[in-house]
Amino acid sequence: MLLLLQYTLIFASVLLLVALGGCISEHSGVINLALEGIMVIGALGGALVMKFLPYTHGESSAFLMFICVLGASILFGVIYSILLAFACINLKADQTIVGTALNMLATALATVVVKSMNTALNPDDHSSEIKYIDAKKAFLTNIGKFELNWFMIVSVLMLVIVFILLYKTKFGLRLRACGEHPQAAASVGISVFKMRWSGVMLSGLLAGIGGITYITAGVSTWKFENGVAGFGFLALAVMIFGAWDPIKIAGAALLFGLFRALGNVYNGFDFLKALNIPSAVYNMLPYIVSLIVLAFTSKRSRAPKAEGIPYDKGMR
Amino acid sequence: MKEKRSLLRNSGFQTFSTSILCILLGMFVGYLALLIIEPSGAWGAIVAVIKNFFKYPTGAARLKYFGSTLAKTAPLIFCSLSILFAYKVGLFNIGAAGQYCLGVALALYLAIVLQLPWWVCLLAGIAAGAISGAICGLLKAYFNVNVVISGIMLNWISLYGTNLLLKPAMDPSGKDTFRLVNKAKQALLPTLGMDKLFNNNQYVTIAIPLAIIVAIVIWIILDKTKLGYELKATGNNLHAAKYCGMKENRNIILTMVIAGGLAAMGGALYYLSDFEQWNVNSSAVPGMGFNGIAAAFLGGLSPIGSIFSSYFITHITIGGGNVDLSHYCAQIADFISAVIIYLCGFVLFFKTIMNKWLNKSEEKKIARARAAAEDTNKEGGNA
Repeated sequence: MLLLLQYTLIFASVLLLVALGGCISEHSGVINLALEGIMVIGALGGALVMKFLPYTHGESSAFLMFICVLGASILFGVIYSILLAFACINLKADQTIVGTALNMLATALATVVVKSMNTALNPDDHSSEIKYIDAKKAFLTNIGKFELNWFMIVSVLMLVIVFILLYKTKFGLRLRACGEHPQAAASVGISVFKMRWSGVMLSGLLAGIGGITYITAGVSTWKFENGVAGFGFLALAVMIFGAWDPIKIAGAALLFGLFRALGNVYNGFDFLKALNIPSAVYNMLPYIVSLIVLAFTSKRSRAPKAEGIPYDKGMR
Repeated sequence: MKEKRSLLRNSGFQTFSTSILCILLGMFVGYLALLIIEPSGAWGAIVAVIKNFFKYPTGAARLKYFGSTLAKTAPLIFCSLSILFAYKVGLFNIGAAGQYCLGVALALYLAIVLQLPWWVCLLAGIAAGAISGAICGLLKAYFNVNVVISGIMLNWISLYGTNLLLKPAMDPSGKDTFRLVNKAKQALLPTLGMDKLFNNNQYVTIAIPLAIIVAIVIWIILDKTKLGYELKATGNNLHAAKYCGMKENRNIILTMVIAGGLAAMGGALYYLSDFEQWNVNSSAVPGMGFNGIAAAFLGGLSPIGSIFSSYFITHITIGGGNVDLSHYCAQIADFISAVIIYLCGFVLFFKTIMNKWLNKSEEKKIARARAAAEDTNKEGGNA
């Protein structure tokens, strides 16, 4: 039971972080379909630090390790999101195509980087895996039997920060105005380009942290060929279910996290084991649930009005 | 009088030249990546990617591997047709990958477990993809669910579903399904003697001509029929189409059914040609559906163009396997195609720049002609 709670919380943290990223970006008026790709690249950044920063558990400073991993993921995530911002805001490209292209590019890029790095270190190694068994211990704290991942705390902090940023500051008000009616915002002197750029880059920051959180959830080695298994899109479903509102998003993330966690730990429950359902069904569960939930929540959409439409000064 | 227009103004020519530009830029970025990994062999590697089967010294071997490249192109043509058909109606069918899986699942299950003939397997595969597309379309039409998100969810559901369904068809000696040659000869696609043309390459089947025929049919439907006109109108402006008396919900669902059927047809045909076997422990959705996006946009969203762009993408993907594996990896080809799609997002931007430049040079020409005319007038007045 404790294990279920632990997995639920860690998967919910991932979904929360990434969905908050999507939420900020959409409030600024850009649909960020590249969240999945940004997660991969953010995870790559963190994993590289965990591989190369020397660390022995109990001796080196765990906090230093944590900060470096977090910093690298943020840096990689933000840099990658610039590709989206430049194409969608400055060149007015189709946001769906660019987002999809960036998702494909991220997996290909991460695979190429990790494979060529592994091959360079050891000519016989053609895998796309990074192992970080020791380094990962740096940000795990045991409270009794419960394994607290520091990224859970980060996600709660981010929830508070994003809420305050969006609803209690001048910046947040302006950002949201650009997602609702950019021409009106521009008419009172707000730079729509700047606001949208910051929206996309903030989403890169959050999705980057989400990526590293995902690959440290329950495993200590990651095969980059696999990407992040549609988690970026699950996060978008969480965001829609949460009606673009940070607090509701947190609730939605917990629900989806629970279904995802069931796939990992169903073996620990005697009554679930007795049902003898194949593991593939548990793997499908979060996706099926999200389809059903979307069917019931998309009808009366609270999406920002101008999302997905490139900003055109001359349009009314 | 019909005004003479410059070739550069022709939209077909513009699409073609921007696609070539995207390819060249994509190749260049790929080359840069190879340079960063290991400078000494980078040129050799990019040449290997471009050469693909031309690396074989004899004509016979080249012919055989050309056949294999064509056999792998056919499913990609189907996937790109699926994506461009939906895109013309304003829907982004990212679920093509999942529909492709379902086509494979039903076709192989009927072939290996139920031992049915190939055309039954093919039809069942197409039906499975069409149903999956219909779910996507229904959710969009009646519940306003974003097709991209529902498509991705269905991709993962279809992947795990396919693994589950094909467990009984698994060859116990490995993780793949049985080869059709050994277990289900009746389900192999007919070759109509085409295998002889390609140096006895048994994977060259009716799938290849079928892909080209279907591409032409899709072109006719989209450009020459009332149905195609209605579908495109729905994509351009849902409300206007509704106002004109078109059944917009029916059109959305119908589009997704056709798109789903197309992607699934590609998957079913490919696996019924026995070229590849399905790994029942697959943990990632096959890339074919996503490469279809690349092929569709690179082909300028034209069914005929997608035949050529699909061939190109397959060509470099197979060529990617020929790079020197002691330094590089085959995924460099995936990297190049991803860069190409990213650049395809800018096609509109490239075209706007081209037209702006053309307008400017034309204005200059007119201004110059006017100035010259004024000069001669003045001279005439003085005399």
